[in-house]
Amino acid sequence: MIVFDDLLNRFRDLERRELTRWVENRWVLPERHAETWVFHEVDVARIELILTIRRDFAIDDEATELVLGLLDQVYGLRRQMRRLCDAVARQPQDVQDAIRAALPKTHR
Amino acid sequence: MAETPYELLGVKPDASPDEIRKAYRKLAKQLHPDLNPGKPEAEARFKSVTAAYDLLSDADKRARYDRGEIDETGAERPQYSYRPHAEGAHGWKYSSSQEMDPADLEDLFAMFGSGVRGGARRGRGQGFQVPGGDRLYTLTVDFVEAAAGAKKRLSLAPDNPLDVTIPPGIEDGQVLRLRGKGDPGVGGGPAGDALIEVHIAPHPHFRRDGDNILLDLPVSLSEAVLGGRVTVPTVTGPVTMTIPKASDTGAQLRLRGKGIQRRNATGDQIVTLKVVIGAPGDAELAAFLEGWTQQHQTDPRRGMA
Repeated sequence: MIVFDDLLNRFRDLERRELTRWVENRWVLPERHAETWVFHEVDVARIELILTIRRDFAIDDEATELVLGLLDQVYGLRRQMRRLCDAVARQPQDVQDAIRAALPKTHR
Repeated sequence: MAETPYELLGVKPDASPDEIRKAYRKLAKQLHPDLNPGKPEAEARFKSVTAAYDLLSDADKRARYDRGEIDETGAERPQYSYRPHAEGAHGWKYSSSQEMDPADLEDLFAMFGSGVRGGARRGRGQGFQVPGGDRLYTLTVDFVEAAAGAKKRLSLAPDNPLDVTIPPGIEDGQVLRLRGKGDPGVGGGPAGDALIEVHIAPHPHFRRDGDNILLDLPVSLSEAVLGGRVTVPTVTGPVTMTIPKASDTGAQLRLRGKGIQRRNATGDQIVTLKVVIGAPGDAELAAFLEGWTQQHQTDPRRGMA
């Protein structure tokens, strides 16, 4: 875990005002603790992601919001998909074989 | 935290190349080993200042440092990839945000459940139930809260705050489970659990050793020699403790029952004394010791070499 000021020290091209805005926009969800924000690994990785997409694609706030929203949906679906796959993997072999056999070869 | 290259050179992070060069030249003149023979600390400082200048005088390296891609030694920092985090245990906080309606999941699982055999039977779900998933939260607590126990409120989702009871003596990284406080179930299935991973913020003075609390306590020279009563902080508030006469640095005193209080056992607080001589330049004390030492020659290092 890393507190707000140490984080700004680490990402030197990220300004205090900018990161504050990201938190207010709920793009990053740090934990509130003892009058400051505490960032965990997932939050640091997300800040790096936001920095990268904003720098590489030179996009504004609205586009950032859109890109993050879409990414979050994809990851949300992937999580649900994995829950489903895990459940299938826990079935007896014949059930797994039946599911595999029942997967359509082409998509309508 | 180590000094940044900017701090080493004494310039602002937005300093121009010219300002950086000037600052370096000035420091280099002061610290150059040829001008400071026999002063290893000046030489060490000279080396760090030169390394800082090497980094900041190279526009490309400076930009990479500012972006956090390399550290102050020029070594690559590990780049975070977001994906393992997004799909990891803590990723749900972002990946199932407002965009992901529970109704979408219901659709997904209902599709899965109702398509079996015949294919045409849609919609009703036929008692197809899926339990909700668990949610992993992180909660940072103070050292004292972790030691003495506390009630905390998780406010990650402001509309749905979770009250968490921290049991006394919780360990860093321990996970608490709140049944039924995770994702809602589908089709009437049971809700998942909230798993709360507790992190303990370090304390400036206290440390833990199992159920004992360790504290280094500074005492004055006269308290150490003459003994006396002093006030000592504990995790449940300050208490008064008696320091015996002639207590040395490293002497340990035990405050029974002032450690972690569990239902069946209670730890102690172990206080380690650290004698501090106080403000430098107490002429009276120095004068006294000069006279006193003449008649009281001792060698505390006897037998060491």
